[in-house]
Amino acid sequence: MIHSLFVINHLGDIFLEKHWKSVISRSVCDYFFEAREKAVDPENVPPVLQTPHHYLISIYRGKLFFLSVIQTEVPPLFVIEFLHRVADTFQDYFGECSESVISDNVVIVYELLEEMLDNGFPLATESNVLKEMIRPPNILRSVVNTLTGGSNVGETLPQGQLSNIPWRRAGVKYTNNEAYFDVTEEIDAIVDKSGTTVSAEIQGVIEACVKLSGMPDLTMSFMNPRLLDDVSFHPCVRFRRWESERVLSFIPPDGNFTLMTYHISSQNLVAIPVYVKQSISFFEAGSCGRLDITIGPKQTMGKTVEDLKVTVHMPKAVLNANLTASQGNYTYDFTTKLLVWDIGKLNPQKLPNLRGSLSMQTGVPNPEENPSLNIDLKIQQLAISGLKVSRLDMYGEMYKPFKGVKYVTKAGKFQVRT
Amino acid sequence: MQEWANQLCENRQFGSKMTDSKYFTTTKKGEIFELKAELNSDKKEKKKEAVKKVIASMTVGKDVSALFPDVVNCMQTDNLELKKLVYLYLMNYAKSQPDMAIMAVNTFVKDCEDPNPLIRALAVRTMGCIRVDKITEYLCEPLRKCLKDEDPYVRKTAAVCVAKLHDINAQLVEDQGFLDTLKDLISDSNPMVVANAVAALSEIAESHPNSNLMDLNPQTINKLLTALNECTEWGQIFILDCLANYTPRDDRESQSICERVTPRLSHANSAVVLSAVKVLMKFMEMLPKDLDYYGTLLKKLAPPLVTLLSAEPELQYVALRNINLIVQRRPEILKHEMKVFFVKYNDPIYVKLEKLDIMIRLASQANIAQVLAELKEYATEVDVDFVRKAVRAIGRCAIKVEQSAERCVSTLLDLIQTKVNYVVQEAIVVIKDIFRKYPNKYESVIATLCENLDSLDEPEARAAMIWIVGEYAERIDNADELLESFLEGFHDESTQVQLQLLTAIVKLFLKKPTETQELVQQVLSLATQDSDNPDLRDRGYIYWRLLSTDPVAAKEVVLAEKPLISEETDLIEPTLLEELICHIGTLASVYHKPPSAFVEGSRGVQHKRLPGSTESGESESPDTASAAAVSDAPPAVIPSQGDLLGDLLNLDLTPPTTAGPPPPASSGMQMGAMDLLGGGLDSLMGDESEPPPIPLRMDTPQSPQLPHQSPSPPDYSPTELGGDLGGSPAIGAGFGAPPAAMPASFSAPVSGGLDDLFDLGGGVGMPMGAYSAPKTVWLPALKAKGLEISGTFARRSGVIQMEMTLTNKAMSVMTDFAIQFNRNSFGLAPAGPLQVLTPLSPNQSIEVTLPLNTVGPVMKMEPLNNLQVAVKNNIDVFYFSCQYPISMLFVEDGKMERQVFLATWKDIPNDSEAQFQIKDCHLSSDAASNKLQGSNIFTIAKRTVDGQDMLYQSMKLTNGIWVLTEMRVQAGNPVYTVSLKCRAAEVSQWVFQSYEAVLKN
Repeated sequence: MIHSLFVINHLGDIFLEKHWKSVISRSVCDYFFEAREKAVDPENVPPVLQTPHHYLISIYRGKLFFLSVIQTEVPPLFVIEFLHRVADTFQDYFGECSESVISDNVVIVYELLEEMLDNGFPLATESNVLKEMIRPPNILRSVVNTLTGGSNVGETLPQGQLSNIPWRRAGVKYTNNEAYFDVTEEIDAIVDKSGTTVSAEIQGVIEACVKLSGMPDLTMSFMNPRLLDDVSFHPCVRFRRWESERVLSFIPPDGNFTLMTYHISSQNLVAIPVYVKQSISFFEAGSCGRLDITIGPKQTMGKTVEDLKVTVHMPKAVLNANLTASQGNYTYDFTTKLLVWDIGKLNPQKLPNLRGSLSMQTGVPNPEENPSLNIDLKIQQLAISGLKVSRLDMYGEMYKPFKGVKYVTKAGKFQVRT
Repeated sequence: MQEWANQLCENRQFGSKMTDSKYFTTTKKGEIFELKAELNSDKKEKKKEAVKKVIASMTVGKDVSALFPDVVNCMQTDNLELKKLVYLYLMNYAKSQPDMAIMAVNTFVKDCEDPNPLIRALAVRTMGCIRVDKITEYLCEPLRKCLKDEDPYVRKTAAVCVAKLHDINAQLVEDQGFLDTLKDLISDSNPMVVANAVAALSEIAESHPNSNLMDLNPQTINKLLTALNECTEWGQIFILDCLANYTPRDDRESQSICERVTPRLSHANSAVVLSAVKVLMKFMEMLPKDLDYYGTLLKKLAPPLVTLLSAEPELQYVALRNINLIVQRRPEILKHEMKVFFVKYNDPIYVKLEKLDIMIRLASQANIAQVLAELKEYATEVDVDFVRKAVRAIGRCAIKVEQSAERCVSTLLDLIQTKVNYVVQEAIVVIKDIFRKYPNKYESVIATLCENLDSLDEPEARAAMIWIVGEYAERIDNADELLESFLEGFHDESTQVQLQLLTAIVKLFLKKPTETQELVQQVLSLATQDSDNPDLRDRGYIYWRLLSTDPVAAKEVVLAEKPLISEETDLIEPTLLEELICHIGTLASVYHKPPSAFVEGSRGVQHKRLPGSTESGESESPDTASAAAVSDAPPAVIPSQGDLLGDLLNLDLTPPTTAGPPPPASSGMQMGAMDLLGGGLDSLMGDESEPPPIPLRMDTPQSPQLPHQSPSPPDYSPTELGGDLGGSPAIGAGFGAPPAAMPASFSAPVSGGLDDLFDLGGGVGMPMGAYSAPKTVWLPALKAKGLEISGTFARRSGVIQMEMTLTNKAMSVMTDFAIQFNRNSFGLAPAGPLQVLTPLSPNQSIEVTLPLNTVGPVMKMEPLNNLQVAVKNNIDVFYFSCQYPISMLFVEDGKMERQVFLATWKDIPNDSEAQFQIKDCHLSSDAASNKLQGSNIFTIAKRTVDGQDMLYQSMKLTNGIWVLTEMRVQAGNPVYTVSLKCRAAEVSQWVFQSYEAVLKN
């Protein structure tokens, strides 16, 4: 099972270590540093490394490496999932997952890690259960604690951990009972030069924020559940009912959680909200290049496309960009070779355009590779797959909750090749 | 580190006082002393703050062990947080301060009785983490209580504690009977407890591979399946991994487990999903393929695998490594999902490379256009490793999908035109492979390749180019100049290039001997005299001798036709693949190596096997076991063997000069020699990847007549001889491994004279359905002083028998019969003495059945199925030879699995396919297949195309050689066509004979 954890910052300093069995010297990380060196970019470090006596499994989150050391045959996915869960928990507790915040809360972090893993076996990883045992820090309580000598640690046994619904704590009480659901869809697509879609798929997620008293039992049904054939659920969802009736029936955890994620594969027809006309060329003579990009709406279902942004990763030889944008503004970062064009709202009457010249380094051969465009966008009140929640019912409690569903579509890995 | 921490503290001093960072400020020089004072303070709050400071220092790796006694003093407190903090500290430092740690024991024992279950659990948890022997002794009693605690939270914590204790002191755990208690917990009412018990047992079992800890039976399986639905995600992983070790009794149980596991595929935790996939992939093996449920299950597996690819890149990586295995085992699952493997611009490189691999595996005629377009796109990306792999992938597509070859080649040419150095080099390497797959098809591109000769600087590309020049020397006008240009820096080249250059120049010489004599001299002397690389030197000498003694033979060897390379060279070997499928989701599946190959400390990891859908998987093991037993047993000794052996050696047909050493040693030596030549020579053939079987012709001492008659009559033609010798490795393979089948114990039927005489009427028939030929006279009385032997061979109930009739046509009584065989192609030997118990009176006949085994010494015979026998009686020793039908060597477990059949069929190059026709056969295809089955020729599949039945059949010889056939039967047409593939091509003829004999009788 998981033996030790090291948290390493982007400079390569180990600023936190935790051992669940015997202590392993931090020199074991040298193998990791070697691989880190080799990979150049931190994103490219292989997640599973073998050393003479240990295996190192790492994830890269928020400029930090979470590196776990294992000694026996353990499912690597299990370790990776757990590490992400650790990072999620830090995020949940401290609002962000960064070196400074971890160092600021080192004692809580240590208590959390101890509670999450016992001898390498996961113990309590549900945020609800953890919060019952170790309270998240907040300024008010710190003050109160200092004055009264109170503590951060719960005195009672977390009930949820033993019940059949470990994700919900007992005795929840709210004055305003409300349940909000966010349906977010991200389009992952590759569009080739000529504008044809090479592949397109949708990653959907339903995030919930449920603040309901007692033990509510919710049922959510969809207008078009047939869209969903590839789903994964929060453990609270009753799978049998989904199989037979295509409704989501569940006793929700308290607070924020991910109710389900779904995937709509490239075999379905996925609507692409915008089209991109582009031409980027480099000339042999004069060491310069031209760039011309226009974006227009394609399948937007009558909604407005917002937060439109184009990122171009330029070849190394491009020194500077001298462009004019008909809308929004652009920046070119010489060191990272990133051209970012921030457009904002897409106006179908007046299509945004960016054009101008690129100055190139002289004396180097023309770049072979074609830069590729990454598109960011957002469409409010629309799930591009057409998914719609038809109703949400509550059983088990008498009060009338306030309910709401919000839809948003975003670009995920939306890539246009040139 | 120290410095960095100090610096950090410095920075933190100005930070918010509200956060824990304030604890860092106190750990400067001399602060330990200050902390000590604070720890011993009377004020609770001050104490707690001090402990927090200590913990903070500990987390950044500072040594605060000096404070041990002071921290332990704080342990006895009602404050849960303080207690926890002290426990944290204890776990870290108890090992270095064992004597001090004893001080804490009492508190632990007391806490284990605390009314608050949280504290009980915490105490037993912490105690287990203190890795000090003295403490573990005290741990036993509290642990025993906690394992039976009324509170499930305590029980589940205690279950893990057993695993901890086992890690520290395994003997103690066994002595105290904790393992049994742990096993009982599998039946606990609380699913969380069950999950932890399973996890603990699995971990313990890993260090005890042979102990029967996880006694999986249908009852426990049922309990696990129930707990599976209710426990936490992590518990589900443990339970699923445990389930994967179970082998269901039948397909119905298998199906019901699958049904209960499938909902896990929709779990949000990817590790749960992958573990569920493992269980399903394994148990699916047991389901009949025609079952509806089987199809449903296949369909259900695709979406979760695709979903894994939208997770974080680290998860994707592990998922992709596993999908790679799944695609090899069951390509149908993901065949429509090609697009999800398309590489995205911002994927990390390790994900890109894996996706590429899977794209090639899924490439087929249907999607090749799309794939090629993608690959071409990738070949213009920035990352060099990725681009290289993409170029290579185009070549692999060409080899895999024949229809696309042309397009692939033109794509590669486009890429070569870009003149990007590493792209050109990769392209040349893969074009060489394409030439080897499709000879004489794309040679027009050679000119383009030659243009880029100068830009090649990597050994692999240079070697590939040299190979191409050598291979097609006759079409390249200036081949000699090109090769000569390489020769200038011969000693600076890598070995790979040197070897290739040597071979290429020899090829060139053989093709254009007049102009290149000087060149070949030069390279031979460079290789043999100026090089200290033994491989190069040896190869140089071999060529030299070959060329000087017999240029024609040299031509035969060097310019021999090469076998085509098979479509995918990087497929995982099927048995390894099976094992890896059982390890889906584990590290083994990431490394694509069996756990035994890398898991440290796994003492004798068991090799997992997929359960077979038929009984074949099951029946195999006892067979091999018994076969091993046979080969272990000393060969049966005939009473008066001494003089007989000498005679047999004389009878050896090889010239006296070569017949030196006694049988076992000589066969061993022979094998060794074969290996050496085989290994040495395939590198000689110019391509390391494929060992061609041809070059074994070289064994000159035995083929003196070789060079002068290439197209001469079949008996002496070099091909025949070559094939003859070339076949030996196959026999060798069979010889090296214990011959399969042949139960060890059988009672040799005692043929009492009278019984057998009565039997004679109908007895010679075919009781087992296996065909055996009527008896023929092997030894006429004239030649054997009145003893006549007629006989036949048969295979009955898995035993090969030699059935003989001995007739005494002399005037005197014959006694003391004994029999001995000469070495033969399949190692046939008597499994017992010749049972002629009564003296044979004049004019009397006796039926004798002699059981045979196949563990005797092996020597290639001509014809292959020739058997030389010596029979001795009180009068003299007589020799005769007879031929046995090869069908009696077909073993009972010769039924190949369909998948394996398909793979093997593809794998055997087409040129070792033989085709025969059987005329005048009027059986229907079913009747024929039944008849053949009687002789252990198994029909695996049947297909009807245009009124023609295609039967796919397999058989296995006693020495492990597989023979695969395809028989075409057309209703109303008495001519059957049999196509036959076998790695040892020389058996084909005899297999065919068997077919004819079996079908026509």
